[in-house]
Amino acid sequence: MGSDKTIGERLWAFAIWALVIFFVLNVVALVAAVVVNSFGTRWFNAWLPAGFTTRWYASAWQEFQLNDVLIVTFEVVGAVVLLSGLLGVPAAYALARRNFPGKQLVVLLFLLPMMIPPITFGIPLATVLYQLHLGGALSGVILANLVPTVPFVVLVMIPFIEQIDPRIEAAARVFGAGTGALFLRILIPLLAPGILAALLLVLVRTIAMFELTFFTAGPGSQTLVVALYYAVYAAGVRAGQSIDAMAVVYMTTTLVWLLVALRFVDPTQIVTRAKREAAH
Amino acid sequence: MTIAARDFRELRLEGISRRFGNVNALRDVNLAVRRGEFIALLGPSGCGKSTALNCLAGLLTLTSGGIWLDSARIDRLKPEERGFGMVFQNYALFPHMSVRRNVGFGLTMRGVAKADIERKVGEALSIVRLGEQGDKLPGQLSGGQQQRVAIARAIVIEPPLVLMDEPLSNLDAKLRLEMRAEIRRIHELIGSATIYVTHDQEEALSLADRIVVMRDGVVRQVGTPLELYAQPAYSDVAEFMGYRNLIRSSLSAAGSISIGGGAIQGTPIRPLSGADVVVAVRPDDLRAASDGPLAITVESAQYHGRDFYCSGRTADATELYFVSAHQVQKGETVRLAADPTRVLIYPGTPS
Amino acid sequence: MTDHVAGAAPAPERLPVRVRLALYEIDAVTLLVVPAVLFVVALFVYPFVYGFVLSFQPKAGAWFANYARFFSDPFLYDTIGATFRLAIPATLISVVISVPVAMRVRRMRHRRVLTTVLVIPITLGTVLIAEGLLTYLGPQGWFNRTLVLFGFEKVRLIHNYTGVMLSLILSGFPFTFLLTLSYITGIDPSLEQAASTLGATARARFWHILMPLLAQGLAINLCLSFVQTFSVFPSAVLLGAPAGATRVISIAAYQAAYEQYDSSMASAIAMIMGFCQLLVVLLILTARKFVYRGAAGSGKG
Repeated sequence: MGSDKTIGERLWAFAIWALVIFFVLNVVALVAAVVVNSFGTRWFNAWLPAGFTTRWYASAWQEFQLNDVLIVTFEVVGAVVLLSGLLGVPAAYALARRNFPGKQLVVLLFLLPMMIPPITFGIPLATVLYQLHLGGALSGVILANLVPTVPFVVLVMIPFIEQIDPRIEAAARVFGAGTGALFLRILIPLLAPGILAALLLVLVRTIAMFELTFFTAGPGSQTLVVALYYAVYAAGVRAGQSIDAMAVVYMTTTLVWLLVALRFVDPTQIVTRAKREAAH
Repeated sequence: MTIAARDFRELRLEGISRRFGNVNALRDVNLAVRRGEFIALLGPSGCGKSTALNCLAGLLTLTSGGIWLDSARIDRLKPEERGFGMVFQNYALFPHMSVRRNVGFGLTMRGVAKADIERKVGEALSIVRLGEQGDKLPGQLSGGQQQRVAIARAIVIEPPLVLMDEPLSNLDAKLRLEMRAEIRRIHELIGSATIYVTHDQEEALSLADRIVVMRDGVVRQVGTPLELYAQPAYSDVAEFMGYRNLIRSSLSAAGSISIGGGAIQGTPIRPLSGADVVVAVRPDDLRAASDGPLAITVESAQYHGRDFYCSGRTADATELYFVSAHQVQKGETVRLAADPTRVLIYPGTPS
Repeated sequence: MTDHVAGAAPAPERLPVRVRLALYEIDAVTLLVVPAVLFVVALFVYPFVYGFVLSFQPKAGAWFANYARFFSDPFLYDTIGATFRLAIPATLISVVISVPVAMRVRRMRHRRVLTTVLVIPITLGTVLIAEGLLTYLGPQGWFNRTLVLFGFEKVRLIHNYTGVMLSLILSGFPFTFLLTLSYITGIDPSLEQAASTLGATARARFWHILMPLLAQGLAINLCLSFVQTFSVFPSAVLLGAPAGATRVISIAAYQAAYEQYDSSMASAIAMIMGFCQLLVVLLILTARKFVYRGAAGSGKG
């Protein structure tokens, strides 16, 4: 904290940084391995593939019907983003502005789907959806994915809304704004960055959300991540390179949206916002 | 009474400097402190006073210069090796420990026997008059009480030096006055040397044996409160010490200064090299007098209960702040006079 | 002024319903929470309850038949052990390592770069990490090649316990790290400064000041991390030995649901899974209370 570090302290710092760099290197390496393989002609018993080609992408596109899968993925993700916004933002507003009896219970209700992992509630949820004949259909997948995202939007938005001074709303009312005008002219513009951040985070999380879609999807309603799983699972049948080509398509999709999201949002919020609420 | 500050002869700061990137937060500061002295580091925000305190504590390293405690050089030591007591602006009480454990923390770190810790903590708590709060947690105490715990924690280790970083700035006005007296009382009781950082000149004047006025990382003046109040060495120091009127003017051959058409006499602080001067007068030294040499038109008057604190402009638009015992109206013309010994003249080049 | 009739109290005025509700802060705005609440109740609470009830309605046998079958068939109950053997070390490693790393990183000025890089495994998800590791850690992959280059033997890292463990740590560490970092940065730095002026060495500051204040955050971190690792699924199948060492409880549940079409049994297994997670969470939270008495908090002011 003030003076020169001792040898012991320097060694310790070095060890920690070495660990971090090792971790990052491994992450980069595993991503690189997938990318390199997807562009390789044949890769066996060597540091790099024998040659490079892009034909695996064309073949993966055909084999895995990536066109349809991508459309399904974006339909699901789009619907989830829209609906969780529509359900979540008003709920967050109510929780931020009103202190009604049972509020603690409601907050707990929204915390649970975030803290309990998807598998634990996914199987009973899938059972119910199949009972309602929604299992295997696009609507079933959308509903299943909404379960963790609606609470997520609520919990992420509450602090944003609390930051807006309620007296601004009071001032708007004093000067004649009805509820509609209040939302349209005052709240939405002020909340826009927060809503954008929350929805982008939902988007990124839903693209990568495996378990819920896995349990509720049918052959025509698989998202990209689930299709990838099946491809890897049946790896003996398909060429590894085309599976990796598909994996690269998946990676690009998630990372592109991650980068967009990061322009508006601090990386820690992807993780911490919701978990911070769990701590309070 | 067994808590007494460790004895030492002199703490010396020699040429200490501290840079942050391109910014010189501290430049070549020199100071010598004796046991039992209460030193105030006074200055506006950014003047380097907190930086100096943190360097003394060891929380910041020096970019150059050295600190000596008697003959031992201490600026290379870590804070935990220096043994100074420190009171932080936000108290920094450990929220998960009771008052007793907070106060005894320094003794625990030194491996003092449990029975001795209990005894000393009890004494320290009674010095700061918090005897019954020993088992409470900091969160359960008021601001003033937390402040006392912070002080007890710093003195119980019997340090040669107690460092205080604007300890009263988070308290309300009434409490601040109370605690000021308490701090001085405790300082005298344990006989430590105290270095106290503040931006409040009133606090510095009432507490310190010597005041170190700083600006932009350098020491502008060191002196007793009386010296600084009556004879600030530079116009910027004067301004900080409450000389709210600073007027650029020129010295006439007869030795008088013209302000807005009138002429007053003053006292030079340092030898003057030319006719350009800066004149410093306190508002309370500019009094309404029917035959006063300065004529001004009143612009505002605020009632402060005993007097009216007013501002006005001279014929040549110089703004002056003065005090009037009687009510004055906006637009009224008032004549002002000042005692020449209270009008200070500084050389006109920027110092 | 009305005449005061002795003995009769004036009839009380009844406030309209809206006003009375408003006293409890229930009005049109509050009702905005209803759609989301209904949604969560319908699609989370109800399925859970439904699953719970369904687990006691087995295809054959008495009401407890599913549970009896689970705990009498080693092929089934061993999954609990296998899952714990994966989840506990993975959680402990992720959380314990996150502390020194977070302590180092908190003083960094450009930590946004690091946190961005660390978020990547989270966004990619477990399926992609499994696929990547299959290539990278394979017998011909770069990792083993590098080992051979330095004169070591090749190591079997895929289709076994080790592979799954590595993937759990890879996807778990970013979570635990970011969470620990946010807790650590919430601790007022002046507390450590005060402790150092009172003579506390770096080690003493860590044990006396930081750890007690972090205790609650770490407990929550452990709980969330454990719950997540305990439900490991795609990596256990793709990267592990799903018929052997890494046959985790989620695989058993999946098989019951989608291979044996026994939704009652599947629900029972999901309930057992949830119960194990709850048990460990309660254990962690109780242990924290015993280890650190006194207020925990961020330490601010």
